[in-house]
Amino acid sequence: MLTIFNLHAKVEDKPILNGVSLKVKAGEVHAIMGPNGSGKSTLAGVLAGRDIYEVTEGDVLYNGKNLLEMEPEERAREGVFLAFQYPVEIPGVSNTYFLKAALNAIRKHRGEPELDAMEFLELVREKMKLLRMDEELLKRPVNEGFSGGEKKRNEIFQMAVLEPKLAILDETDSGLDIDALKIVADGVNSLRDPNRAMLVITHYQRLLNFIVPDKVHVLAGGRIVKSGGKELALKLEKEGYGWIENGHQ
Amino acid sequence: MSTATSTIQEFANREYRHGFVTEIEADTLPPGLNEDVIRAISEKKNEPKFLLEWRLKAYRHWTKMKEPKWANVHYPPVDFNAISYYSAPKPKKRLNSLTEVDPELLATYEKLGISLEEQKRLSGVAVDAVFDSVSVATTFKDKLAEMGIIFCSFSEAVQKHPDLVQQYLGSVVPPTDNFYAALNSAVFSDGSFCYIPRGVRCPMELSTYFRINAANTGQFERTLIIAEEDSYVSYLEGCTAPMRDENQLHAAVVELIAAGDNAQIKYSTVQNWYPGDKEGRGGIYNFVTKRGACRGRRSKISWTQVETGSAITWKYPSCILQGDESIGEFYSVALTTNYQQADTGTKMIHIGKNTRSTIVSKGISAGHGQNTYRGLVKIMKGAANARNYSQCDSLLLGDKCGAHTFPYLEVRNASAKVEHEATTSKIGEDQIFYCRQRGISVEDAIGLIVNGFCKEVFRELPMEFAVEAQKLLGVSLEGSVG
Repeated sequence: MLTIFNLHAKVEDKPILNGVSLKVKAGEVHAIMGPNGSGKSTLAGVLAGRDIYEVTEGDVLYNGKNLLEMEPEERAREGVFLAFQYPVEIPGVSNTYFLKAALNAIRKHRGEPELDAMEFLELVREKMKLLRMDEELLKRPVNEGFSGGEKKRNEIFQMAVLEPKLAILDETDSGLDIDALKIVADGVNSLRDPNRAMLVITHYQRLLNFIVPDKVHVLAGGRIVKSGGKELALKLEKEGYGWIENGHQ
Repeated sequence: MSTATSTIQEFANREYRHGFVTEIEADTLPPGLNEDVIRAISEKKNEPKFLLEWRLKAYRHWTKMKEPKWANVHYPPVDFNAISYYSAPKPKKRLNSLTEVDPELLATYEKLGISLEEQKRLSGVAVDAVFDSVSVATTFKDKLAEMGIIFCSFSEAVQKHPDLVQQYLGSVVPPTDNFYAALNSAVFSDGSFCYIPRGVRCPMELSTYFRINAANTGQFERTLIIAEEDSYVSYLEGCTAPMRDENQLHAAVVELIAAGDNAQIKYSTVQNWYPGDKEGRGGIYNFVTKRGACRGRRSKISWTQVETGSAITWKYPSCILQGDESIGEFYSVALTTNYQQADTGTKMIHIGKNTRSTIVSKGISAGHGQNTYRGLVKIMKGAANARNYSQCDSLLLGDKCGAHTFPYLEVRNASAKVEHEATTSKIGEDQIFYCRQRGISVEDAIGLIVNGFCKEVFRELPMEFAVEAQKLLGVSLEGSVG
């Protein structure tokens, strides 16, 4: 589904990614781990099409298409979803309205009929159960006044509604207490699907106790320096990132 | 849109045309302004003597006045002697089908969601007889008349209800009030008149609906609305469809009188006149005086405006709160993009006891637009326990535009409570990216964010107007961020 080959990217002339290569198949969950500043969020941003990052080399193929040539909204409509590390507030725009606009833009792109308010509400109510969300949250403006946990839960809720093919979860665990983490992880797990791939970006192994990955990659210095199974995450938890970074230098 | 509303718009349309039904030969006066011109206007309109005298008095005062320069707007001087002050409206050129209409205009209609039939009307294409039905309009006119409501063109009111006109005309905006109001008083062409008798709640939104009327809005319009004791009326002015006009200067006067106890007037405006091109050439100067007087106890006047058009907007819909416990409200969205300039706001003059006012102003600036909020809250000595709440928010798109806020407060009674809040924010790249990552296009994202910003104002608009206003903002902002 996703093939990243020798990806280089920079921010304001500062190289961040220095040749990332990665293959993710449909149905797989890959964890990307790494110390702060290793380029994890940059990778997520580049895949989603954030324009502060400049790709200087390499290719990304997504379902056979050149992902890097697509506008961010095209990527989203083609099924790429990014759960933001810092979800953005949009005052005055209700969560429902926002999500309906998003869903209908995607449905339109797929040639499906747009949902009317009633159909949409029915869908949303069903998905809310997954994340144990309060219906009140739907009426509130997008992320405005949400607690950190509510924002993260809202991201996964949006993912549940938009049903992406490739979901990138950028530090979804940060700022969550253990109860909220479990709810979010349950939500994510319920969305695991043979037709859906996930990239779970995290600093800590903790999340991976709940969302068990098929593969774990360690990103350091803008490159994937080690890949392995879920046991790699445990080793990192125990020994830290130092051994990889040192060994690599 | 509800049947009642669309029908009343039909009706309003009929009224408007009615005033202009006669085609006069040699129907345009030569440019220039003097007493003879005013006499000629008054004569052509077959006006009673009091009105001619009133016009002349206004004119004589105007000649001694100077154009105001205090507003935060800049434009080359207007040559008032280059304007023709009377021109009988010409019937619009009729086209046979939409294919003859400027495709750019059609594209805009499309984006605003205007139906095919209405598109034809707007662009002057002949429409089906059914859609243009006279009988429906007559039915509504009869229904309003049964309730004692008068809703007609100003010219018709002058002929049929001269006593009411004489009693109220200029009673809120005196002919000497300001430069543009004086000019309007001297030369006004036509406008709307509305009278709601005691105890009557007007069952439909009254609308001049220029959108259907398309042309003939007049350069110097005059609107007068009177609501008696225990009456209610909601009046809609303007339209979301783009309005072009050869007349660059527009100076209208609107007077509202909530005459009796518990009288309520709700006045909503959507203004989308030609703002000029991307370099700021052309575009309409909109210098309007709008004021309402709450004379009865517990009477209420509410202004809601969405201003997206005009090259220059100079406009301060105001309330004079005379009656005890009377209420004034002002809800405004003003958008300036390209080289548009807006200096707009309100005046709330508290005279009666326990009077209350609310001001919510949302200014949006994009491109090189300059947006100024200017508001006065004045609490007079006798206005015990008066309260005001003002909120002025500005939203900036890009870094070449400007937002300015000038709140003036004059409090002469110690028991008054006056609150003012102001914020300025920028649309963030991160907000736009967040929307795009969810599949929403840049333009829809801006529309969404801006509409969220304006929500508190839009919810004051009548339902279908609110929906149109939202779309309008989106269309007006197209291409302003990129």
